Amino acid sequence: MPTYVKNKPLEHIELELLLEGVFRQYGFDFRKYALASLRRRISTAIQAEGLATISELQNKVLHDPDCMERLVLTLSINVTKLFRDPSFYIAFRQKAVPVMRTYPFIRIWHAGCATGEEVYSMAILLEEEGLYERARIYATDMNEAVVKKAQAGIFPMKSMKEYTANYQEAGGTRPFSEYYTAQYDSAILRPELRRNVVFSAHNLATDGSFNEFNVILCRNVMIYFNQVLQERAQTLFRESLVNFGILALGRKESLRASTHEEFFEPLDTGERLYRRVK
Amino acid sequence: MSQTGIVVIGASLGGLRAVETLLGGLPAGFPLPVAIIQHREAGSDDRLSDLLQGHAALPVGEAEDKEAIAPGRVYLAPADYHLLVENGHFALSTEPPVWFARPAIDVLFESAAEARGAQVIGVVLSGSNEDGARGLAAVRRCGGIAVVQDPATAESSAMPNAAIAAAKPDEILPLEGIAPFLVRVCEGVRPVREGT
Repeated sequence: MPTYVKNKPLEHIELELLLEGVFRQYGFDFRKYALASLRRRISTAIQAEGLATISELQNKVLHDPDCMERLVLTLSINVTKLFRDPSFYIAFRQKAVPVMRTYPFIRIWHAGCATGEEVYSMAILLEEEGLYERARIYATDMNEAVVKKAQAGIFPMKSMKEYTANYQEAGGTRPFSEYYTAQYDSAILRPELRRNVVFSAHNLATDGSFNEFNVILCRNVMIYFNQVLQERAQTLFRESLVNFGILALGRKESLRASTHEEFFEPLDTGERLYRRVK
Repeated sequence: MSQTGIVVIGASLGGLRAVETLLGGLPAGFPLPVAIIQHREAGSDDRLSDLLQGHAALPVGEAEDKEAIAPGRVYLAPADYHLLVENGHFALSTEPPVWFARPAIDVLFESAAEARGAQVIGVVLSGSNEDGARGLAAVRRCGGIAVVQDPATAESSAMPNAAIAAAKPDEILPLEGIAPFLVRVCEGVRPVREGT
């Protein structure tokens, strides 16, 4: 359990110094992350490292790259599931797939892919809709270690029961076991599912656009950004989408009150699917 | 309570009736924002906010990420997300569950205490685990007002008991007394605290 720190003004100074130091030494920019949840995760890291203050964490992190690697893992939330939010995939099949059928070639950017669960879910969906052959998914995350994990496509066997239920609820009709082979405690996803997936490191806080896309998925990633960084990422998405390209956000994220709202129209209001219209 | 005041409420399974009663007691002109954690299943939809709206004079809705915190509105934490208070708006998070719960009461309460200090009123209602105890202690430590439902009036007393032990609340009130207490605090009546 993270210790709740009360000494507020000093803690703010320490936090700013830590984030500044991490950015300058390692290039990871957490300075514009949403504060409340960032503070919680830093408390968790302090506890896990057996330290007492943010300053001690700063000292350790700056001198010890292994500690930095652990910190990046703690600060980035990589909790996700295959076919998480099944209703999203149903809406995607109904509203986005018909649009995608009109494209001869479909470029998809999965921004903030974490350990890849949602990337493989999309690959399975495209395969079932007969679109996989003409699709290419660019799956990116800021953390290279996490991207490698995503690329491996190996998930705990004990999660497969839940994932199978998600898959069925998401409109899947095949036996889900077709998509993986069981080996000891692991489920290894069929390698063909990543035939058209390109995994790479990309940081929404510091990197720019790298291609033009028909679909961009960025679900439950920008909730960790403050409004300034959110604005940056949304600009990046708008500039990277073709006209009438589709943007998919998390269930409780929206473009409401964003300066980009006027460039998009909702494709599915409940599941936060948008279409770029200008 | 000033303009930055906020009421944060936590209830676990079995606490839904308590939330309904509490909201039912808040008048249409209630001046503070109210944020609620009701432990629930991951797959739940908007039906809970519809249900609560049926009991409330104030408008009820699920909080969205970066939604501005407005007075006189009731914000419900969406299923499967933690709800946090930031400077002027809410934030969501999918960090791991706390006390097996996401949304977790501790997460909301600690973030509210951090962001708004003495302007927070924390209320722990019926429930069968320990979520909310740490959070309520943080609310009190940062100068806010800590309220716990009298365990004798709770369908499940474990959560109120844990909160009482951890936070030494300003008030332990029967369920029906909580809404009138919140209204009185908004009228400027603050509980007297001994020894702090």
